[in-house]
Amino acid sequence: MDIHEAYQLLNSTAGQLSTRFQQVPGSAILLRYIKSSYQNDPVRSVVELGLFLFAVRYLLAPRYSTNKSKAADLTEEEIDELVQDWTPEPLVAHPTELEAAENEKRPVIVGPTGPKVKLANGRTVNNYASFNFFNFVSNEILKERAIQILRNYGVGACGPPNFYGTQDVHMETERDIANFLGVPSCIVYAQAFSTISSVIPAFAKRGDIIVADKAVNYSIQKGLDISRSTVRWFEHNDLEDLERVLEKVQKEMAKKPLTRRFIVTEGLFETTGDMVDLPKIIELKQRYKYRLILDESHSFGTLGRTGRGITEHLNIDPLSVDMLVGSLAYSICAGGGFCAGSREIVEHQRISSSAYVFSAALPALLAVTASETIKLLENNPDVLSVLRENIKAFRAVMDRSEYVKCTSDIENPVCMFTLKKEVCGGIADQERLMMDIVDEAIANGVLISRVKNVPEKNSARVVWKYEATFKACISIGHTKKETEKAAAVVKAAVSKVVTRVKKENAGRFLS
Amino acid sequence: MPRNPFSSSSATAPIPIDAPRKRSPSSSRNTAAKVAQFFSSSPKAAYSLPAHLSASASLLAAQEQNNARSLSPSVSLPTISLSTATADKLSDTPTMLFSPPSPEAARKLAREHAQFGPLGHASHKCISQHPKGSPVEDSVEDEPPYYFLLTTYISYLVLIVFGHVRDFFGKRFKDQNYKHLKAQNGYAALNSDFDNFYVRRLKMRISDCFARPITGVPGRFITLLDRVSDDFNLTFKLTGTQTEALNMSSYNYLGFAQSVGPCADAVEDSIRRYGMSSASSRVDAGTSDLHTDVEKLVADFVGKPSAIIFSMGYVTNSTAFSALVGKGCLIISDELNHASIRFGARLSGAVIGMFKHNDMNDLERLLREQISQGQPRTHRPWKKILVVVEGLYSMEGTMCNLPGLLELKHIYKFNLFIDEAHSIGALGPRGRGICDYFGIDPSEVDILMGTLTKSFGANGGYIAADKHVIDKLRSSHAGSVYGESPAPPVLMQISSSLRIISGELVPGQGEERLQRLAFNSRYLRLGLKRLGFIVYGQDDSPIIPVMLYNPAKIPAFSHEMLRRKIAVVVVGYPATPLVSSRARFCVSAAHTKDDLDRLLTACDEIGDVLQLKFSSGIAGGAVPLPPGVTREDEKEMRKKGIVSPPRWPLEEVLKRGVKDVQSPLR
Repeated sequence: MDIHEAYQLLNSTAGQLSTRFQQVPGSAILLRYIKSSYQNDPVRSVVELGLFLFAVRYLLAPRYSTNKSKAADLTEEEIDELVQDWTPEPLVAHPTELEAAENEKRPVIVGPTGPKVKLANGRTVNNYASFNFFNFVSNEILKERAIQILRNYGVGACGPPNFYGTQDVHMETERDIANFLGVPSCIVYAQAFSTISSVIPAFAKRGDIIVADKAVNYSIQKGLDISRSTVRWFEHNDLEDLERVLEKVQKEMAKKPLTRRFIVTEGLFETTGDMVDLPKIIELKQRYKYRLILDESHSFGTLGRTGRGITEHLNIDPLSVDMLVGSLAYSICAGGGFCAGSREIVEHQRISSSAYVFSAALPALLAVTASETIKLLENNPDVLSVLRENIKAFRAVMDRSEYVKCTSDIENPVCMFTLKKEVCGGIADQERLMMDIVDEAIANGVLISRVKNVPEKNSARVVWKYEATFKACISIGHTKKETEKAAAVVKAAVSKVVTRVKKENAGRFLS
Repeated sequence: MPRNPFSSSSATAPIPIDAPRKRSPSSSRNTAAKVAQFFSSSPKAAYSLPAHLSASASLLAAQEQNNARSLSPSVSLPTISLSTATADKLSDTPTMLFSPPSPEAARKLAREHAQFGPLGHASHKCISQHPKGSPVEDSVEDEPPYYFLLTTYISYLVLIVFGHVRDFFGKRFKDQNYKHLKAQNGYAALNSDFDNFYVRRLKMRISDCFARPITGVPGRFITLLDRVSDDFNLTFKLTGTQTEALNMSSYNYLGFAQSVGPCADAVEDSIRRYGMSSASSRVDAGTSDLHTDVEKLVADFVGKPSAIIFSMGYVTNSTAFSALVGKGCLIISDELNHASIRFGARLSGAVIGMFKHNDMNDLERLLREQISQGQPRTHRPWKKILVVVEGLYSMEGTMCNLPGLLELKHIYKFNLFIDEAHSIGALGPRGRGICDYFGIDPSEVDILMGTLTKSFGANGGYIAADKHVIDKLRSSHAGSVYGESPAPPVLMQISSSLRIISGELVPGQGEERLQRLAFNSRYLRLGLKRLGFIVYGQDDSPIIPVMLYNPAKIPAFSHEMLRRKIAVVVVGYPATPLVSSRARFCVSAAHTKDDLDRLLTACDEIGDVLQLKFSSGIAGGAVPLPPGVTREDEKEMRKKGIVSPPRWPLEEVLKRGVKDVQSPLR
């Protein structure tokens, strides 16, 4: 009876199962397929069964690495021994002579910065080393406005812009800058230096092509490194070379799929001080269909009738520059950087630009100071002409120097000086010479500075050989007379140091 | 002693608990509605939901009442919690006992309290310290039932399918919306279609939860500017109204985000004296006495011989590694390290290895392999190995296992770099970061990096190390050579807040801030665990992530919290792994216990509605031990899996919390 019942149960279950199976959509097709394939072609069934079993085995098989490791097989004891033997290099190398001297001589200002500053050694000197071109640092209106903001917003924003760090003042500053430049949109970063090295990789990805000037500043270089794009260089400010490079790229890429292409250059170069021939670049960019990333860190606030930068100076529509990057920390004397452009370009950065997404927002009082300063510039364009007069006065004196030449553009308040070619001979350590010139000038009451560079360790990335340079930043905080006097001091310091070094070197050579 | 009006015994949660808390059919219907609303991608749907309207209205009233309460009897406040002259004057003048303060004084005090809440009761303080001698336990990560993981994957699948369907039709019928994804006019597309898919089809649906604009001080409360979107979150319009919400989102650990008080006064002075900018880079003419002063203060604070400061925390990391390591060196980095570390490590040109988050065994395995094998291909020995970890991880709330790292450091001789962006000021009995927390001499760690944005309410970053290391960095760290020098007001904020923490200024206040932060962190974490939420991180960590899992719960949680006037940060993929979307609470010393009770009440309600209470109890929060069961027995029980999932009623959580946080949490 048990067997009978069990048999019945089995039967009913089987019946139920088959009805269930038949209820599944497509089951009939599957059944028909198996039946027909078996009846018509047993070989095929066997092959399929084999494949099925292989698939099962493959899925159940343990994972193994496909790339055979080239690592040597070592026992635990051998590893212990190797670990014991390993001695790392010290974390940082010994300071070079230049670094040690630099660390010792770095000027420390006591009290506020301004046209005249007091140094920690007690001397008061004329300051020609700050980006305080319009003396906004001592502006009382800006101070009062900042205090007002402090009393309403505190200091820090305490969060990244995407997590409750965007304050209404940031949005206003962005709007003000965009209106000032005459572009649809703008995004404010927390630091000028990090802005462009984050803007570039936000757009340029692996496989894209970037054509860059060889003399671009450190921040741009790092942005290019991180972007993983193919970087092609053209000779500094040599637009014929640029055209050659663009032509070459076009030929190479003719049969490949279209990728994003960028030209990266600066308005006023940080390393050399000269100006880019923007109209020609725009023409080339439009002809070869490139997007232009222009670093206006040094030209924003200094060039043009009202300080709108190189686009105003050369009378170019700012919208023809795709990504216009500028600084609010240099001539504007606030803090932070910005990137202006079309709405798509700005909105894209809000979620994919690393330095914007992963960093705290700019303090509210610095954002407001930037806005207010821009309004000041817009309403008093006279300050710019005063500044230009001062630059001319300084340059007029320095141009008479027989040892150094100025590489900066005549509109650039940062005057960069390098040794003339004919003087270089017989001077072994130019950096040291520049340092001596700076020291000599400070000793005579004019604070200027040597242009410092971070050495690039990776030789494959070196494209530009920095020349030893010192720079003087002109400000309207000094009168024209004072500026001329300062230039005379610098010129005398140059002559004194160069003749001394030449004499020393000649003496060494003779003995 | 006068009876304290803020003591927790009388003041229970400011939100009435009579809101519907039962798991009625309506709750599941609500969940369905939330999901539907997620797909409709219209924030308005959230506001038209019928449930809990009464709760939010009563909450408004409660908040007002709460504000009013915190104004009137200011006399009995413990004086240490208030630093400004106004408050002291109030408590000194005997007449104030009998007459209410003038409306102006009341407004001023209310403003102060909106930035930094008064201490409710003397017992609401704790010390943040690792118990001496006890081993460092890995934080236990609880897992939800498989059902939730499965639905999470299905949700993403549905979202992706819908996204592709919309793209398919969109590209055919609304061509102008896809202009930036297509090559046109000879220019390649600005964004790649594939990369942009996530942003366009997933993030856009919940964009209203991010980048909410604010105004004023991001202190204890935060003032949000209300906004609406007519085009499915593509653009937003400000409505002109404001919402004052409890701020659980800002990195304001010690509550120094204030526009009044000694810090702001000092900053005002510094603006008058120094102006707004240093107008140069550090190496040229951007170093003033303020800079050297702050550098010395920072060095003393973290316990290192020397320090250097920068105007941005991100840059501190992103260019530091190029100055320290290069070709032939190895950087070993925790897999969850911050983007700035990854950026910097990639720039340095060193080879980068990664180990599992906080897994010392994995780190040791990697070290043994790398040291014994040497550089790839050439097998030359590594020049240097730099292990980079964070003191406190901003998305996980976990701390690095410093004792474990140092043990390995002694054997394997690597250099250790700790990013203390979140831990400085927030951990340790004296607020001096992860070394202070574990009671370890900072000289054991080679480089301590940190930011000045978070605990000090300022901006920027620092690196502290031995003098010769810092001297080298001054001339080889790009942030120092090319970056702008920190602005004077920011420096003054750093210097005054550091002096307050170390007790040099307003003695007692710094200590109170530290202890309140420790209490608040422990209290909220314990409360959430007991309610049944899955939270990550160690008990003393002020970052408390609450796991949400399903993508639809990300906006739902944020909206529900906003309706209860609480501002929270929600994060999902790609900031976290795909399944583990979360909400993150950042606790501050500015919060009072009442604020946290309000948050717990809101979490309790929302947790029921959104089905978020799925902890299994292995990570703590269990009911008290029955008498006779020791902690060792308990560990055994945990191993065997005999733990009941904690689902405490809210009243019980609030009642017992203050007492229970003082003993080790379980």
